[in-house]
Amino acid sequence: MSKIAAMGDRDSIYGFASVGLEIFPLDRMENPAQTLNKLANGDYAIILVTEALAKELEQEIDKYSDRPLPVILTIPGVTGNEGMGMKAISKSVEKAVGSDILQDQ
Amino acid sequence: MATANVNPTRMELTRLKKRLVTARRGHRLLKDKRDELMRQFLEAVRENKRLRREVEAKLEVANQHMSIARSTMSNQAIAVAMMYHKQSMSLEHSEKNVMSVKVPVFEAHYETADEGDIYPYGYASTPIDLDDAILALSDIMPEIIALAEIEKKCQLMASEIEKTRRRVNALEHVMIPDYEEKIRYITMKLDESERSATTRLMKVKDMMIEKSVEEAAKRNSEFE
Repeated sequence: MSKIAAMGDRDSIYGFASVGLEIFPLDRMENPAQTLNKLANGDYAIILVTEALAKELEQEIDKYSDRPLPVILTIPGVTGNEGMGMKAISKSVEKAVGSDILQDQ
Repeated sequence: MATANVNPTRMELTRLKKRLVTARRGHRLLKDKRDELMRQFLEAVRENKRLRREVEAKLEVANQHMSIARSTMSNQAIAVAMMYHKQSMSLEHSEKNVMSVKVPVFEAHYETADEGDIYPYGYASTPIDLDDAILALSDIMPEIIALAEIEKKCQLMASEIEKTRRRVNALEHVMIPDYEEKIRYITMKLDESERSATTRLMKVKDMMIEKSVEEAAKRNSEFE
């Protein structure tokens, strides 16, 4: 049995607590990268990370992209959608095909 | 040169020929695997993009409701409203094998019997937008879990395709030409030594005939 965690600024992730996720607001963390690693190596199968935070932790997140678990999912926060999630998909297409052949579909 | 350290013997030739056959078969299999992986990957990526667009649009709506709710409530009020959550979700994960790529599959379990039982507060002191935000979030949870599954699947398949493509290329452009070159070199070497053995034999035969002719002539002269 594993859990889902949400990391990010308080406003963006507060609502997730009420649907049964465990939330880790930024203002309670000293070192977000460390928290992410702890969650990833703990029993969290899915970790939602807001785009703003994902940008900061890009290197850490990349470490887990080749492992089956956990899944680290970037989600848009309250500050708006910057398209980071889509960019991550394009990145895996580029990795597999050589260039992003599914652009703007 | 690849042929620099090859032993031009018949045993080596048989060994290399066997390895070439194996390499060719491996190449064909890996190529098939790569093609099928690519087909499934492209399918998955399209689905992934569609799902992500959907989730992001819905999250935006939820976030809008949340922002409005936040603007009408004080920090303390919202903290109190959210302090105790009724709902607790846990995930059961298993693995599925897609073309030798192990992808995670999730199944969500809710602790409260009623999945709709999500509001951790009384309705009297909170704005309706908070309800809307939480309802919207609870609605997209299954989609978020599906998105997590498929996004991981795409990532893992992408790295598997990259690996397989490298192997195919290594076999196609390095290993197989290398074996062919070595086999050709050994065949030529063996043919050459065979030819030299034949000419040597012919030469020896010639010499023997010459000798016997000479001896016959000698004998004949002795009789006369």
